[in-house]
Amino acid sequence: MTTANWVQLVVSLGVVFAVAPFLAKFMTRVFEGERHILSFLAPVERGIYRITGVSAKQEMNWKQYLAALLVFNAFGFISLMALLMTQEWLPLNPAHIPNMSWHLALNTAVSFMTNTNWQSYNGEVSASYLSQMAGLAVHNFLSAATGMAAALALIRGIRNKASEGENSTGYRAPLGNFWVDITRTTLYVFIPLSIILTIFLLSQGVVQNFSSYVHGITLEGKDQILPMGPAASQIAIKQLGSNGGGFFGVNSAHPFENPTPFSNFLEWIAILLVPVAIPFVFGRMVKDKSQGRALFAAKTAVFAIGMVVVLVAELGLNTMTGGHGSMEGKEVRFGIPASAMWAEATTVVSNGSVNAMHDSFSPLGGMIPLINIMLGEIIYGGVGAGMYGMLVFVFITVFFAGLMVGRTPEYIGKKIESREVQLSVLAIIGQTVMILFLAAIAVVTKAGLAGLNNQGPHGLSEILYAYSSTIGNNGSAFAGLTVNMVFYNVTLAFAMLVGRFVVIVPVLAIAGSLGAKTPIPPSVGTFATNNTTFVVLLIITIIILAGLNFFPALTLGPILEHFLMLKGMVF
Amino acid sequence: MKPVRTAIIVTIFWTVIVGGMYPLLMFGVGAVFFPAQAQGSLLVRDGKVVGSELIGQDFSSDVYFHPRPSAIGYDPSSSGASNKGWTSADLKKAYTQNKADWLKANGNAEPPQDMVFASGSGLDPHVSPQGAELQVARVAAARHLSPGDSEKLLALVRSFEEAPQLGFLGEPRVNILTLNIALDRQFPKG
Repeated sequence: MTTANWVQLVVSLGVVFAVAPFLAKFMTRVFEGERHILSFLAPVERGIYRITGVSAKQEMNWKQYLAALLVFNAFGFISLMALLMTQEWLPLNPAHIPNMSWHLALNTAVSFMTNTNWQSYNGEVSASYLSQMAGLAVHNFLSAATGMAAALALIRGIRNKASEGENSTGYRAPLGNFWVDITRTTLYVFIPLSIILTIFLLSQGVVQNFSSYVHGITLEGKDQILPMGPAASQIAIKQLGSNGGGFFGVNSAHPFENPTPFSNFLEWIAILLVPVAIPFVFGRMVKDKSQGRALFAAKTAVFAIGMVVVLVAELGLNTMTGGHGSMEGKEVRFGIPASAMWAEATTVVSNGSVNAMHDSFSPLGGMIPLINIMLGEIIYGGVGAGMYGMLVFVFITVFFAGLMVGRTPEYIGKKIESREVQLSVLAIIGQTVMILFLAAIAVVTKAGLAGLNNQGPHGLSEILYAYSSTIGNNGSAFAGLTVNMVFYNVTLAFAMLVGRFVVIVPVLAIAGSLGAKTPIPPSVGTFATNNTTFVVLLIITIIILAGLNFFPALTLGPILEHFLMLKGMVF
Repeated sequence: MKPVRTAIIVTIFWTVIVGGMYPLLMFGVGAVFFPAQAQGSLLVRDGKVVGSELIGQDFSSDVYFHPRPSAIGYDPSSSGASNKGWTSADLKKAYTQNKADWLKANGNAEPPQDMVFASGSGLDPHVSPQGAELQVARVAAARHLSPGDSEKLLALVRSFEEAPQLGFLGEPRVNILTLNIALDRQFPKG
């Protein structure tokens, strides 16, 4: 690492950590309906409720909230899949891109609805401008807002006082209004941030037009077709909303998506900003900022360890060249350090955009992104998803702590009882089991093995990464794996659905059950959840519960590959 | 079925706003303030598009500076990478071949990493400063430049070297396409 590389690392981290608490303050005011800097848009918000027929004052219980979320996602999925399968006949398709096959459309629609943004498609080849802007980009906004909404419901469940009794709709334990939550998230948080980021990206050379693909003749006289499109507006929200699906096939490595080191710097910050702010939003909403800081500390500690390891591994000995590191799959303008930094950020957040090819990372350098995803996308995690995912681990941790001291566990004044623990375990184990189960199917079937691009232990890593990434709703890939075929499109779509809804449904059920509980005042025997002891215990719980399950698989994949690489073996 | 109706209306509403108005507004901002960038930073020579400043091109002739290897032969209609890992026999073969080709073309100087490994996009417009400077002797010979002009060529290459942006972002680099255009202008192929 050069001095400039160190400055790059420190300044990048510094900006995120300095801005996030202020963003959190603003976001809290937005979600609580208080006055904030964009309050002048309130008439617009009311107008939206009038147009869409939403009664903003109507509180929902967890079942109503879940129903609204599921119906909304289901319709979004159906309309997106229909768009992708008919794009050939619709306007804004200057490159005459054909309709997607049913399985590619299925995979892509699920991918964007679930905030995964896994790319079985290759943007410039298989999606029209209309599909990109009116389909994929719209879901970039809405899936992020959906994640945020689910997190808000859980936070309200934790802080609600059941003694407030029945609300106007006659239900106990109101969790807010799903439609209001997605409206506020989109209107006040994501649209303004996206507009600002888009303008910066435009200045750096990210394309934003509706022109036909440009035909050029190169200096040596060869034909060249340059893809175009409304990319900048979509890339802004893809980074901010932890989406990550590229406008172009190679995502943020593409010079039209990420043309300069400065655009790379801004996009890197955009990946982390909102997810890093959300623990602080949590602290503010439960009226105890130290609770938010504790979760932020736990997330940041794991993030920091990963950052160190991935940088060391990517700059480590490469027996193929006898030198250090590898530029395979990396861009000169970013170099190795900024590529490794990106890999760490895009996988602790369930973003999944890439500015270098993870498949060509060193064995251990590629393992860190994989582990980040396997931990359940909670080390910051996706917008909202990283918060509710983390709280599930918190419930398990206070349960363990309760077992150790022999008391009923509680969290921020709410008793954590068997129902909450069971639902939390379901949310965690469901993902773990599905990753290993689906990867196991892929490695023993012809269809699964047909997609491999690398042989030896690295091949296993490709398959493990694909299912971890889709279940974690991350969307990055060891992209050598050929996935645009029925087997992978369908099993990965299934994985993305499991990864999203087998967490959201238990989480909203927990929100409902916690919301109905009467808060208990803290006593001397209450296990504190805002100190270092708790943070350490939480990290250990995450590593044991989410990490160790994968250790055997990791041993056969990246760890084995590392030692064989040191011996100079190739496959 | 109130939620179903609401879901449909809300989806349509936001599709119009963030799927229509937002990209159009950003298109307008781009057209007014960053017209060249928003259109792909196209390079025009003699009235014809010769490429984009941001998108690398394949140069194989000795009279031009060469770009990095590319898994897709610099065809921007479908970006892509090799996606081969550190224990891939295919990658080792490609590396060995690229290195041999480099040594044959440019003499005995060890190639920097970027000149023997392919980029992530397959369209990387840059090489490292070292990767460009080590090609000066070959290009000068192919263009039959005098020793004095060779010095000037090296100076031209150095003038195209970009430092990390803002002093600390990214890596030093040379844009091969703009360098080759300047090369044609200053030292026309005889």
